[in-house]
Amino acid sequence: MARKLFARKVQNIQDEVLLLGSMVEEAVTKSVVTLKNRDFNLAKQIYHDDILLNDKRYAIENAILIVIATQQPMARDLRQLASMLDVITELERMGDYAKGIAKVTIKLQNLDIKLPINEIEMMAELAVGMLHKALTAFIEGDSQTAAQIPYEDDAVDKLYESIYHKSVELMMSDPENIDHSNLIMWVGHNLERLADRVTNICERTVFISTGELMELEIDEEDEDLETE
Amino acid sequence: MDPKIRVTNFNFFYGKFQALRNVNIQIPANEITAVIGPSGCGKSTFVRSFNRMNDLIASVSMNGQIFLDDENILELNPVLLRKKIGMVFQRPNPFPKSIFENVAYGPRAHGIKNKTELESIVEKSLVDAFLWDEVKDDLNKSGLALSGGQQQRLCIARALAVKPDLILMDEPASALDPIATMKIEELLQDLKIKYTILIVTHNMQQAARASDFTAFFSMHEDRSGYLVEFGETQKIFTNPSNKITEDYITGRFG
Repeated sequence: MARKLFARKVQNIQDEVLLLGSMVEEAVTKSVVTLKNRDFNLAKQIYHDDILLNDKRYAIENAILIVIATQQPMARDLRQLASMLDVITELERMGDYAKGIAKVTIKLQNLDIKLPINEIEMMAELAVGMLHKALTAFIEGDSQTAAQIPYEDDAVDKLYESIYHKSVELMMSDPENIDHSNLIMWVGHNLERLADRVTNICERTVFISTGELMELEIDEEDEDLETE
Repeated sequence: MDPKIRVTNFNFFYGKFQALRNVNIQIPANEITAVIGPSGCGKSTFVRSFNRMNDLIASVSMNGQIFLDDENILELNPVLLRKKIGMVFQRPNPFPKSIFENVAYGPRAHGIKNKTELESIVEKSLVDAFLWDEVKDDLNKSGLALSGGQQQRLCIARALAVKPDLILMDEPASALDPIATMKIEELLQDLKIKYTILIVTHNMQQAARASDFTAFFSMHEDRSGYLVEFGETQKIFTNPSNKITEDYITGRFG
């Protein structure tokens, strides 16, 4: 196969995308740990380290633009590079969700409240698992696997509903809880959005192999629940 | 799509060697069609068949049909045919005559003698070829004194002067610098309003930039050329149907 130089450049970018992905996975997982352990210091670190994710995203974006400008990719190659631009944006936003969760830990620092931590942990585990699989499928060009991953989102949505209801119950039991219950809801919301963004990555994987841009999963409940 | 040219089951031979195998294609009118493919795939042979340039080569034979509108090109008188089909080559090749005479040559050969009429044709052709403003005060200057890009536009003006239906271009910008190339490409966009244009190019970015449709040729194992895929340029360069096309336009073979 010709175009060794091009292939190597794309390979390097893919490696960086995977690295960014694992940084995001780690940030999200750790952000939930900070909540569970009320680890204020780790939360602060995650909050500040978000800038590393942003820097990495810009570095990758720059590398992609240089390859497009200098190598004139066509067809699948072009779709792959354009999709990587999209995926790194998704990853960077996911990093922001981890930052947001760390911020909740910081805000809840001196409050003695009961968190639906099991649900939150499970949500994070599921969402990060989806992200990991989606990135693997993306790099391997495995559109069949990618098309299935969005269905796992239903489990994440159910957990979010549970967190939502528990938070509302807490608010109703005592208006004093409204502030921090709202923050807990925000944690659930962040994880729910993260899983949604995984679907966007899967859509790109399908786009690279078929050339068609399409929604992989349309959740009818989204229209009622969507609050962003 | 209104086809200007319809090619059916066209085969072309140099002696025993088959250069083109069973080509079927319809070239749309008033559009720019790029012909791309690896060296030796027969794309120049294909385009040169349209104005019977290959007739000059001994031992050439062909079968099948090429229709320009309703006339079979292979049965037309070559002189009449070449009035309908203009050709521009890779290297600008003006006649060693004045700019005026270069453009007036074709109409004169076809019997136009009236000076006013010739002047009018020359001006119009040079205007259409985007060259008029640069040469209007020097029409008696030798065509060879112009820059490469200007010479190529002079050759286009010369082709336009006989009011062809179809303009064939074989690598028209490969000997030109980027600015002159861009001028030719922009010129094509204006010319397609009146003419159907077929352009052979090795430069895939040029095909992607400048054409509406793209025909991709490749070779069989016996080195005979064939049409792999024909379609809208946008589609060919973003999501071609054929794996061979994809490999070629992404630079993996050819």
